[in-house]
Amino acid sequence: MNLADGHYNETDHLAPLNPLRDPRDQRLPRIAGPSALILFGVTGDLSRKKVMPAIYDLANRGLLPPGFALVGFARRDWADQDFAEIVHDSVREHCRTPFREDTWRQLASGIRFVAGDLADAAAYESLKRTVAELDETRGTQGNHAFYLSIPPGMFPTVLEHLKSSGLAESGSPNSWRRVVIEKPFGRDLASAQKLNRLVDAVFPPGSVFRIDHYLGKETVQNILAVRFANMMFEPLWNANYVRNVQITMAEDIGIGGRAGYYDGIGAMRDVIQNHLLQLLALTAMEEPISFSADDVRAEKVKVLSAVTRPTSVEKHASRGQYAAGWQGGIPVKGFLEEDGISPHSRTETFAAIRLDVATRRWAGVPFYLRAGKRLGRRVTEVAIVFKNAPHLPFDSSSVQELSNNAFVFRIQPDEGITVRFGSKVPNTSSLQVRDVNMDFQYGDSFVDTSPEAYERLILDVLLGDPPLFPRHEEVELGWKILDPILDRWEEEGSPEQYASGGWGPPSAYEMIERDGNTWRRP
Amino acid sequence: MIRLDDTSGSAVAAAIASERHRQGSPTTGMVLTMLILTDEEHQADATAAAVTAARQHPMRIVTLIPRPGKGEPRLDAEIAVGGDDGPGEVAVLRLRGALSEHANSVAIPLLLSDTPVVAYWPAEAPECPAEDLIGRHAQRRITDCSTALDPLAELARRRHGYRPGDTDLSWTRITPWRSLIASLFDQTIAEVESVSISAESLNASAELLRTWLANGLSTKVEVIETPGLGISAVQMLSTQGDISIRRPDGSTAQLHVPGSAESQVALPRRDLAELLAEELRRLDPDEVYAATLMGTGS
Ligand SMILES: NC(=O)c1ccc[n+]([C@@H]2O[C@H](COP(=O)([O-])OP(=O)(O)OC[C@H]3O[C@@H](n4cnc5c(N)ncnc54)[C@H](OP(=O)(O)O)[C@@H]3O)[C@@H](O)[C@H]2O)c1
Repeated sequence: MNLADGHYNETDHLAPLNPLRDPRDQRLPRIAGPSALILFGVTGDLSRKKVMPAIYDLANRGLLPPGFALVGFARRDWADQDFAEIVHDSVREHCRTPFREDTWRQLASGIRFVAGDLADAAAYESLKRTVAELDETRGTQGNHAFYLSIPPGMFPTVLEHLKSSGLAESGSPNSWRRVVIEKPFGRDLASAQKLNRLVDAVFPPGSVFRIDHYLGKETVQNILAVRFANMMFEPLWNANYVRNVQITMAEDIGIGGRAGYYDGIGAMRDVIQNHLLQLLALTAMEEPISFSADDVRAEKVKVLSAVTRPTSVEKHASRGQYAAGWQGGIPVKGFLEEDGISPHSRTETFAAIRLDVATRRWAGVPFYLRAGKRLGRRVTEVAIVFKNAPHLPFDSSSVQELSNNAFVFRIQPDEGITVRFGSKVPNTSSLQVRDVNMDFQYGDSFVDTSPEAYERLILDVLLGDPPLFPRHEEVELGWKILDPILDRWEEEGSPEQYASGGWGPPSAYEMIERDGNTWRRP
Repeated sequence: MIRLDDTSGSAVAAAIASERHRQGSPTTGMVLTMLILTDEEHQADATAAAVTAARQHPMRIVTLIPRPGKGEPRLDAEIAVGGDDGPGEVAVLRLRGALSEHANSVAIPLLLSDTPVVAYWPAEAPECPAEDLIGRHAQRRITDCSTALDPLAELARRRHGYRPGDTDLSWTRITPWRSLIASLFDQTIAEVESVSISAESLNASAELLRTWLANGLSTKVEVIETPGLGISAVQMLSTQGDISIRRPDGSTAQLHVPGSAESQVALPRRDLAELLAEELRRLDPDEVYAATLMGTGS
């Protein structure tokens, strides 16, 4: 199986036209066609650290079209050169491929800057002139992608202006308009639906690309490869053998300088609603008919529709806020003492929940999702924990050190797969058994040389290739699952405090122990 | 690095395994074994390039250097495992005396179990790599015409000795050219009437590019001898005007397409490690290479 083959089909419409593209030719990379990317919020954190460096890396790998153009939009009084200088510095600092001045110069020759406030109609007129100029001089042929790297509160304003100014309309069947939006996709079902309606009113559904950068990660795509390319694992991938599934996304850092973004959002909305539910869907879904966008989405939607919530939020969910303390030998502030956070904030920095998947395959298997900041170490993983063997022909003392077998996708860092099973302790006279780990680590190929998630996703936007982007059904299903829990939390008081540098509040342990399970230490 | 003088293939394999154990990482995700057959002149560059490529494709690298001579048959080895250079394992083996004729017997105990084998001849290569004693173990056999005195004559030998699974680095070298040119045809471009490639004389890559373009565009393509680094330009006459790609400095190209302003594209010549890494991405027969190679020289 080859995930890329699935993509190939999506772009097949190019193949018959192009005499030089042979479907058997696996060496030729997909290169985006002539296009311009219009980046709103270009001075922001995401743009400087991820988007701009990814664009540079794409250029450096030769994956951008020769006439590629980029327009930065921000409320600054800059000339094109000042802007290029600032972008230069952040690209240099954050790019993954070697920084080469000549690649940079080629890219910079296609960079323009438009100054203005997001709410200022005149700025959109000047944007319109700029893209028209680029269509002329750079040959971007009217293909424009609008990347909204701005506070979600500004979405309606920008979308309305894109519509009223006519920028959102291509006016020709040969050119396209696309829009890229970043999480959070709303803060509950109602606001997500409102956002979807808003976007749909301006752009057709096939032109809307929602970024969940986890789906751009090679290790996440590898979940599908490992599950559906092998004979060994899938027979065990069900309630007959699996005791529980634990999906963890732990960060060792606090909220850093992003108080404005994080306060009022919290761990559940920030990462569980999107990244962790996507990981759950990929882990639990049935085999898709093909790896085309529609077929994969159909399976993800099916499994997300089958997710059920616990009846008691108190018993099966936990939330917390990190307290001041020590982490890895360094004294750190508590969440409520962070700059820009109200001392009365009720935003959770840790959340854990139990979900179930009501299908024959998964009946009775709890899926535990947890995410938090200032935890023991930075790690994201999906662990499949197996049941005990039905019978152990050993004396109980021989297998005391044996716990449950486990299969772990290590998403980041230290990308790879771990399998844990019991094995004889060497040099013991009796047959002593203990846990051993078998680690598969794909060299550093998933880390160093492979494209960063944003590179892959931005290229897919320019190619119009949708499989790695969640559609609004998935987003809305996510909120349907989580809204009642969030509502419940809203009614309750403040989250529990937990010690920085550990693995969350006591209630997180209690909730899993109530089911007779324990958290893996990731 | 560990030196084993007057040793055997299985002793080398055992030494690699014990070095792995000593480092505490007996299980590794090796995906293939690469056998490099070469002389003293080319061994260092080829091995270093493979070590770099092993960062993407963790592998065991076995460099076999025949040193024919009158002395006693003897095997000397240098071994390096893991470390700063990447996750791979490297054994550089010198086969002296009559042993130089029997590289095969040294290689067999060093093949990782049940993983693909790739054979690589950085310079001189057998008439038919697939039938060579070493090549027989490999599903992928990499040669490099560019190191021959007459690369075009060498390309003809590759054509005669071709078996599925063969590939040549002079083909790998033109992937960036091919992808750039192919991308120009993703947008509708009018009929191409003729194409010319400027390249240094006797360039095997230019001949492969010529054939590939002629096959794909069903038109006449000529190669014009031009001093410079490898391929320096491709020009196409189309019904809508001229398309030209010029790369005078071997790194950045000026692209001229009718209807848009001249633009610059990164089109750097890649080093050996990058070429090998591209080769190792897929180990199944490259059918497009086969079809192109068969059309060369005509
Ligand atoms: N940062 C991340 O790691 C991350 C991760 C996932 C998703 N996201 C999402 O990505 C988006 C951007 O995040 P961010 O962290 O980059 O936010 P940020 O650092 O706060 O940047 C917001 C950008 O919007 C601009 N902006 C805000 N109001 C404006 C106005 N009225 N007129 C003109 N420009 C205005 C800001 O310009 P000024 O510089 O002039 O203020 C800034 O460039 C958000 O939707 C966020 O939820 C971010």
